[in-house]
Amino acid sequence: MPALSLIGMDIPTPHIEYGLLMPFLMVVVAACLGVLVEALAPRPLRHSLQLLVAFLGIILALFVTILNWAGGDKAIIALGALSIDGPTYFLWTVLLVFAGVSFLIFAERRLEGNASAFTPSAAAVPGSTGEQEAIEARFEHTEVYPLAMFALSGMMLFPAANDLIMMFVGLEILSLPLYLLCGLARRRRLLSQESAMKYFLLGSLSSAIFVYGMALLYGFAGSFDLSAISDSLQSSTQKDGLLLAGMTLVGVGLLFKVGAVPFHSWTPDVYQGAPTPITGFMATCTKIAAFGALLRLFYVALGGLRWDWQPVMLVVALVTMFVGSVVGIAQTDLKRLLAYSSIGHAGFILVAVTAASQTGNGKPADSLSSVSSALFYLVAYSVATIGAFAIITMVRLRGGESTSLASWAGLGRRSPVTAAVFSLFMLSFAGIPLTGGFIGKWSVFAAGWAGGQQWLVVAAVVISLIAAVIYLRVIVTMFFTEPKADAPVAEVARPGWTTLVAVGFGVVATIVLGVYPGPVLDLAASAGEFLR
Amino acid sequence: MFPWLTILGLLPLIGGLAMIFVRGTAAKQVGLAFSLVTLVLAIIVAFTYNTGTKGFQLAEQATWIKAIGAHYALGLDGIGLTLVLLTAFLTPVVLIASWNDPDLPKPGEPVSPDGTAVTHRWGAHAFVGLILATEGFALFAFTATDVFLFYLFFEVILFPMYFLIGGFGGARRAYAAGKFLLFGLFGGFVMLAAVIGLGIVSAQHGAPSYLLTDLTQLHLSTNVERWLFVGFMIAFAIKAPMVPFHTWLPDSVEQSTPGGAVMLAGVMDKLGTFAMIRFCLQLFPDASKWATPVVMVLAIISIIYGALMAIGSKDLHRLIGWTSVSHFGFIVLGIFAFTTQSASGATFYMLNHGLSTAALFLAAGFMIKRRGSRDISDFGGVVKATPLLAGLLLFGALSALALPGMSSFISEFMVLAGTFSRHPIYAVVATIGIVLAALYALIMYQRTATGVPTAAVTEKFTVDLSGKERLALIPVALVILVLGFFPKPILSIINPTVSDTLTQHVGLTDPQPHASEGGR
Repeated sequence: MPALSLIGMDIPTPHIEYGLLMPFLMVVVAACLGVLVEALAPRPLRHSLQLLVAFLGIILALFVTILNWAGGDKAIIALGALSIDGPTYFLWTVLLVFAGVSFLIFAERRLEGNASAFTPSAAAVPGSTGEQEAIEARFEHTEVYPLAMFALSGMMLFPAANDLIMMFVGLEILSLPLYLLCGLARRRRLLSQESAMKYFLLGSLSSAIFVYGMALLYGFAGSFDLSAISDSLQSSTQKDGLLLAGMTLVGVGLLFKVGAVPFHSWTPDVYQGAPTPITGFMATCTKIAAFGALLRLFYVALGGLRWDWQPVMLVVALVTMFVGSVVGIAQTDLKRLLAYSSIGHAGFILVAVTAASQTGNGKPADSLSSVSSALFYLVAYSVATIGAFAIITMVRLRGGESTSLASWAGLGRRSPVTAAVFSLFMLSFAGIPLTGGFIGKWSVFAAGWAGGQQWLVVAAVVISLIAAVIYLRVIVTMFFTEPKADAPVAEVARPGWTTLVAVGFGVVATIVLGVYPGPVLDLAASAGEFLR
Repeated sequence: MFPWLTILGLLPLIGGLAMIFVRGTAAKQVGLAFSLVTLVLAIIVAFTYNTGTKGFQLAEQATWIKAIGAHYALGLDGIGLTLVLLTAFLTPVVLIASWNDPDLPKPGEPVSPDGTAVTHRWGAHAFVGLILATEGFALFAFTATDVFLFYLFFEVILFPMYFLIGGFGGARRAYAAGKFLLFGLFGGFVMLAAVIGLGIVSAQHGAPSYLLTDLTQLHLSTNVERWLFVGFMIAFAIKAPMVPFHTWLPDSVEQSTPGGAVMLAGVMDKLGTFAMIRFCLQLFPDASKWATPVVMVLAIISIIYGALMAIGSKDLHRLIGWTSVSHFGFIVLGIFAFTTQSASGATFYMLNHGLSTAALFLAAGFMIKRRGSRDISDFGGVVKATPLLAGLLLFGALSALALPGMSSFISEFMVLAGTFSRHPIYAVVATIGIVLAALYALIMYQRTATGVPTAAVTEKFTVDLSGKERLALIPVALVILVLGFFPKPILSIINPTVSDTLTQHVGLTDPQPHASEGGR
C-alpha cells in the first residue's frame, strides 16, 4: 500500500482499477443517463425510458459485481479510497437486488389509477390550484428514478469506503437524494414535506457531527485512511482525547443512519411521511449500507480500541432493542409501527456488532463471525421489510393508503391471502422458525454469544418476546378483530404486476431463507472479514 | 433406505396444504383420508420397529445448515414411537369427532335459523388444515434427533394451535389464544438462548453439530451445563405445563373447541415431557440430578394443586384442563425419579393421558354441544336422557382417576412404585393426588349425569350419540381397555429405551429392593 504523499511533494497520477469499480460506475452512469432522459425525452416516454435505464444499470452492475466476486479479486483500490473485499461484494449484491425490488414498487401505476405514488408537482403548494392543474395535466415526477439511482451509488460507496473522506462523500451522496424523495408523496403531502424537512435537518446535523469526528480522528492519526488510523492506534502509547472524542462523534453520525437509540427520533416521522415505496427503499438499502459502514469503521479503523467502545455499544444495543420493541407496541399506524420495528432490528444487529466475534482464533473456519451474521440478518430483515411495505401500498381506503392499524381489522376475512402474506412477514420479524428472521436472529445471537456477550444475548432474547407482541398485535387485528360499526374499513386493491413481483420475492425469499438458508449463510460466511 | 419418517411427517402437512383447494365437506373428507393414511403408516412403522436394537431406528440424516451445524436428522426410539402412535391415532379421532364443529355456534352465542353460528368463524377447511398441521409438526418433533430441528418444530407448532384456539374457540378466544402464544413464545425464546449456547459449546470442540449423538459426547463444565439445563427446562415446563408455568392451559382449553383441546393437551403438551427425557436427561444428566429436588417438589405441587383446582372448577373444559396439570405432575415425577420403572411408567402415562383426555374432552364436548353451555351447573341427570353418552363420560372420568383395568392405572402405579423405591416421601405425598382424582372425576360425573334430569336437559338431550360420535369415542375407549389389561406391547417398546437413557446417560441404576432391616 503506497501511503499518500505529503502535500507539496509530487502528486502521483491516480491509478484507478476500473474493473473493480465498474459496478459503482455503472450505477452512476445510469443515474446521469436518467437525468438526460428527464431533460430530453418527451413526457409520455419518460416513465418507461427511466425504468429501462434504471433496470439496465442495476442488472449490469449486479452482473459485473457477481463476476468480480466469483473471480475472487479483492483489493484496496483507487489510491486506498475504496476497499473491494468480501463484505463489499456481498453488500453491493444485496444493495443492487433490494434497489431493484424497490424500483418494482416505484413502478406501480395501477393503484393510483394509472399514476405513480409520487406527487405530480412537488413545487406546488399542497391544495393549491397549481397542484390541481398538475394533477389534471397528469404530470409525473419521473426524476425519482435518477434520484434513487444516485442514492444507490452513495449506498454502494458508503460501506466500501476505506478512508473517512470517501465514507463522508458516500454518506452525503446517499442522503441528499433521499431528503428530496421523502417529500414527494402524492397524498398527505404536508406530512410528507414535514418528514423531508425533519430528515434533512437532523440528517445534516448528524453529517456535521460525523465531519467533526473525522477531523478529530485526523488530528490523532494524521491520516483519513482506516488502516492508517488502526496502525497509529497500535503505535500510540496513550489514548488521546482526540481519538476518543473523534470515535464518539463519528460513531454518532453512523448510529444516526442505522436508526439506533438515542439517535432514532427521525425514523418514525420520516418512515410515516415518506411515500411508501421510498420508505421501503430507505428501510432496506439505507440500513444495509449504514451497517456496512459502521462495521467497517469500528472493525478496521477502531478495532484496536474494542475495549473502549464495546461497553458503550452494548448499552446502545440494549436501549435500541428495548425502545424499538416497547414503543412499537403502542403504535396505531402501521408505517410508524414498522419504523419502530426497524429500530428494534437495528438493536438486534448491534448485538452482533458489539460482540466483535471474528473467525480465526481457534474457531472453525466456517463458523459465523459478527460480520457475516450481521450481513445475513440484514438480508433476512430486508426481504420481509420490502414485502411488508409493498403490501402497505396495496391496502387502501377511499383511494389512498390506509395505514391506521384499526382500519385493518378483519382484513383476514376480507382478503385472506394478503393478510396471510403480511402475517408471514410479521412472523419473520418476530423471529419464528421456518422464516428467514429466525435464522437471522439465531446467527446474530450466536455471534454475540461467541464474542463473550452471553448476558446481552439473554437480554436480547427476552426483548424478542416483547417485540413479538408488536407483530402479534397486527395478526390479531387482521384475523381476530371485527371492525367497529362506524369505523372506516380498508380494502385490498389489485396492484400491477410489478408490486406483485416484489411481494412474491418477499414471500419466496422469506421462506427460502428460513427453510434452506445454507447457501446465503455460506455466502455471508465466505465474505469473511474486511480487508485492511 | 426408504424415508419412512419423512413421509410420516410430511403426509399431514401436505394434507393441510391441500385445504387451500377444497372447501366444506370435501375438505373434511380429504383431511380424514390424509390422517387415516398417516395412521396406517405409523402402524407399519411400529411393526418394523425392533425392540431389541439400541439407538435410533429408521434413521435419516443429512447436513442441513452447515454454518450452524444443523442436520435434518430423524429417528425413532421407543419413547418417540409411543408418542407418534398416540398422535397418529388421536388426529383422525379428533377430525371425526369435530365433523360439524366448525359450523356450529359456541355456548352463549346467537344462532341463525339454520342452526349454524351467526358470527362466522373460519370454515371447516381451515379447521382441518390446522389440525393436520399440528399433527405433522408434532410427528416431526417426536422423531427429530437434531436439537436444532426439534427446536424448530417445538416452536412452530404453536402457530396452528394458536389459530385453532383463536379461529374457532369460545367468546374469549382472542385473549386465550394470545396468552397461549405468549407463554409458548417465552419458553421458546428462553430455549433459543440455551440452544445457541449449546451450539457455541459444540463449536468450541470442533465443527459445530446439533446432532443428539454428537452432543451427548460433549463435556460441559458444571456451570454451563446447569445454565443450559435451566434454559431447556423452563421451555419444557411451560409446554408440559408445570406449576408455576401452567396458567395458560386452563384458559386455552376452556376457550378451545373439544377437538382443539385434545390436540393441545393430548398431543402438543406431550412435547414438553417427551423433551425432558430426550434432551434434559440425555444432554444434561448431571444438571438433571442437581435439579431433581426442585423439579420433584414442583411436580408434587402440580399434582395436588391441579387436582384441587379441578375439584373447584365450574366449567367442564377448565376442569379437564386442571386434571391435565395434575397428570403432568405425575409424569414429571416419574421422569425425575430416575428409575426404569417410574420413567417407563411416565412414558406410558403420556400415552394414557392422551387417551383419557381425549375421551373426556370429546364426551364432554358432545354434552356441551347438546346443552349449549360449558357450566357444570347447567347439567344434571344426563344419564337418563342419553345413557351411552353419559356412560362414555363416566368411562373417561374413571380413566382419568386411574381405575384398575384402565391403562392409566398401570402407568400411575408404575410411576408411584418406581418413585417410592428412590424417594419414598415424594411418592407418599403424591398418592394424595389419587384420592383427589377420585373426587374431581366422580363429583363431575355426579353433578352432570346423575340425579333427576333438569328441564333444559330433557328438552335438549333428545338424541344419544350419533354414528360419527360413536365412531370417534368408542375406539378411544377400546384402546384404553385393551392397554389396561394387556400393556405389554407398548411397555416392551418403552422399557429398553428408558433403561438405556437412564443407565447410559444419567448413569444411575435402579435402587435394589431391600427387605426391612432389623425387623422392626
